Amino acid sequence: MNKNLLSIEDVSADDIAAFFATATEMHDVQNRSVKKLPALRGRTVVNLFFEDSTRTRSSFEIAGKWLSADVINVSAKGSSVSKGESLRDTVLTVAAMGVDGLVIRHMASGAAKQVSEWTDAVVINAGDGTHEHPTQALLDAYTLQRRLGSLEGRHVVIVGDLTHSRVFRSNVLCLAKLGAEVTVVAPPTLMPSGIVAWSKDAGFATSYDFDDVLPKADAVMMLRVQRERMNGAYFPSAREYTVGYGLTRDRLAVLKPDAPICHPGPMNRGLEIAADAADAAQSAVLDQVSAGVAIRMSVLYHLLAGEGGQA
Amino acid sequence: MTDLIIKGAALFGEKTSDIVVRDGVIVEVVSTSSTTGRGSTTGTGSRVVDAAGLVALPGLVDLHTHLREPGREDAETILTGSRAAALGGYTAVLAMANTSPVTDTAEAAERVFDLGRTAGLVDVQPVGAVTSGLGGVELAELGLMARSRAKVRIFSDDGKCIHDARVMRRALEYVRAFGGVISQHAQDPDLAGSTACCHEGELSGRLGLPGWPGVAEEVIVARDVMLARHTGSKVHIAHVSTAGSVEMIRWAKAQGIEVTCEVTPHHLLLTTDLLGGYDPVYKVNPPLRPDEDVAALRDALADGTIDAVATDHAPHARHDKEHAFVDAAFGMLGLETALSVVSEVMVTSGAMTWTDVARVMSQTPARIAQLDGHGGSLLVGQPANITLIDPAAVVVVDRDRSVSLSRNNPWHERKLTGAVSATFLRGAQTVADGELV
Amino acid sequence: MAHAQSDTPHARDDAPEATVASDPANDRANDRANDTATGRTVLDSGDISRALTRISHEILERNKGPEGLVLLGIPTRGVHLAQRIASRIHEVEGHAVPVGALDITMYRDDLRKHPTREPQHTSLPAGGVDGKVVVLVDDVLFSGRTVRAALDAMNDLGRPASVRLAVLVDRGHRELPIRADHVGKNLPSARSERVMVRLDEVDGYDEVRIALADQTAEGPVGAK
Repeated sequence: MNKNLLSIEDVSADDIAAFFATATEMHDVQNRSVKKLPALRGRTVVNLFFEDSTRTRSSFEIAGKWLSADVINVSAKGSSVSKGESLRDTVLTVAAMGVDGLVIRHMASGAAKQVSEWTDAVVINAGDGTHEHPTQALLDAYTLQRRLGSLEGRHVVIVGDLTHSRVFRSNVLCLAKLGAEVTVVAPPTLMPSGIVAWSKDAGFATSYDFDDVLPKADAVMMLRVQRERMNGAYFPSAREYTVGYGLTRDRLAVLKPDAPICHPGPMNRGLEIAADAADAAQSAVLDQVSAGVAIRMSVLYHLLAGEGGQA
Repeated sequence: MTDLIIKGAALFGEKTSDIVVRDGVIVEVVSTSSTTGRGSTTGTGSRVVDAAGLVALPGLVDLHTHLREPGREDAETILTGSRAAALGGYTAVLAMANTSPVTDTAEAAERVFDLGRTAGLVDVQPVGAVTSGLGGVELAELGLMARSRAKVRIFSDDGKCIHDARVMRRALEYVRAFGGVISQHAQDPDLAGSTACCHEGELSGRLGLPGWPGVAEEVIVARDVMLARHTGSKVHIAHVSTAGSVEMIRWAKAQGIEVTCEVTPHHLLLTTDLLGGYDPVYKVNPPLRPDEDVAALRDALADGTIDAVATDHAPHARHDKEHAFVDAAFGMLGLETALSVVSEVMVTSGAMTWTDVARVMSQTPARIAQLDGHGGSLLVGQPANITLIDPAAVVVVDRDRSVSLSRNNPWHERKLTGAVSATFLRGAQTVADGELV
Repeated sequence: MAHAQSDTPHARDDAPEATVASDPANDRANDRANDTATGRTVLDSGDISRALTRISHEILERNKGPEGLVLLGIPTRGVHLAQRIASRIHEVEGHAVPVGALDITMYRDDLRKHPTREPQHTSLPAGGVDGKVVVLVDDVLFSGRTVRAALDAMNDLGRPASVRLAVLVDRGHRELPIRADHVGKNLPSARSERVMVRLDEVDGYDEVRIALADQTAEGPVGAK
């Protein structure tokens, strides 16, 4: 297993299995009266967040605390450029306090990778720009696996703003490693450049037509679409987006009744997902949140408990 | 009495000759065999430089250098940049206007010019801004800069594209009065988001980096060659980076449009896949492109569609590169390595001769910049601006040995064949055995 | 991945020379051949069976019957021993004693000295452990650190009325003030020796062997 968790590309199928096995045990801890394990006693984990994300930060914070780590949240909002301090200086300053693990969220793609080259601490990518969000992909796949059993040969459909989605980028990699068939759906303007060549290489399919792939889906993953994207001429209106790419009530009726519906949150109800779909029995949205803590406990444990985690 | 004899150099890589220099001017060029044992012109006080095995070219001329002074003397100064230029075999460089303050007045241009003369290692020729403060709206005092002691002839808002077609048209028209040329940084800002930082393609899609497509450059090249045709003025396209731009320029030249262009050494060798590790040392504008663009640029340089190699030497203080990739500064060092890169890519491969190298790195750039005394042909009566090259030398670039103040060197640890051995500015040796004199 | 497979008991604190073992199912035949080539058998299948029967009776005697008992095995082999003891009690008393598993991986005091180990499953019987008489069951008692970790783990899960300890083999060399209440066999050993417990459920046969550590450097499964 790699020292850091920067990208799903660095994680093997065996690693994923180990993360999931431990997460299953950690899931049970959430139901105990004493939600505490001593595994990371004496370890210090800093959540270094350059971008607001209450849910991801809280999830990592709870995960660290339940493992008895000392967890400190450092909010470094805004780019380092505007503060006149380089990213490297910011990171070295935090790391110099004696940090074992650095959970980093940054609005720039590649930031976690760069940070890992400047510090000996274990670096966990909690979302870097529009690049990756590996713990989200792990918790998504873990949630699907708990619902569906093995994902081998199962068809997962990911719909939404692919261009600006780190969740999509981590998920196609992760689901491919677990043997799932993935189709990503978006209007052409919200597909990353070069995705046709990339998808052939990485073994996933692309489509502009949600209705065509919907009946074959064993699971759907709806991505958040920012309403402001209209200003960049990515699509004409929220209404048109919903009609083409939203998980509407009508589409819910077409979806297999046991196909889980995932959404990384926060949801734009009425835009990419109808309330009926978000609250349906087959919705896995809240499962994803509880799985998030278990997966992050597992990741923190695997990367920081053993000798490999020594800073 | 002669000052200097350069013995046994292969002129343009061909005929082995001795070059005799007096008072900074070439006074005699004779084939080596005929001077052996003779002493007719060789005074007793002459300094002799043994150039056996070396290639002699006219001193190199760089159309595109960022020297950072005034404003960012922590990254480079006119003196340190001049040192890097001399080591790279240059005898003249054109200093871009995007300093702080911007070179948009006669006074600012003269100050750069004077600092260059004071440093005395290469002729530093200021480039003037096209628009006031590089704002893209009002023309800078182009005529006053042209009339100044610095005799500015090239104008550029480099770093920014002159996006407004009306401003570009007026600038092209206006500089005709004094034979100026507008050098365009061709890049449509509307086709590249404000955070664009790399070539838009499959890799940028995977890496989640906001990119700009080749077409952002090509639409401006297309527009500007049509404006040049309309105005009858001269336009120069800086750092051409795509196959599409090359096609457009090839077409324009065939129409008789007065367009010239340059390519950087890095666009001849480095490709976009280097961005996989998010190392900002490879962040440059225009961005590194895929293999097919690189191949087209090499072909166009060899066939003369591309007129010149220009470094776009862009030093940056270390901390300006130690940001997240999208936040880090654009640019890479180039002066000290340019000749070696061209030698490696174009000469060693057989695509070009040393005569061709002289054309694209000295003679044509000097002509475009209208620099008297540079880009000669190693003929009697011409100023002794000479570069000696060891074509067989294999160098491994070490960024810590650079004389630039900056270290954003994408060539670090790269092995290149061919290196500058000596440089002479009007007969005065600035570099000997690859070291500053 | 580099993690030690944690279903190898020797990866616990009682065996600081822990080695990584391959999948036990695939290697059983090899292991058995390897085992018989090294060291000597100290308990055979019949000995193990009799020891467990005796322990079962001792537990019942001490508790004056099966009421309020909970057996918690320490994975992997401790869980199987706990199940065997429960089935013997059932034979004798006709009463099903609840059995659970108590993983101690995250409570180990040497977590940082080794590559990260995967935790094993912890499962408490439906009634939990509050107010119960918990009998911890493990295969080998050595340094006592596993039991110390188990007591800590139990503390986070509830508050038993009392906790007892049953082990198949006590090989001495305690490093903590811990003793077993029920012992299958006291086995005086040198520190340099390894004690290997084989159970049918995991290894395909029952046996306890003792061997010099350097003779088993290839890392047979289940050495302590």
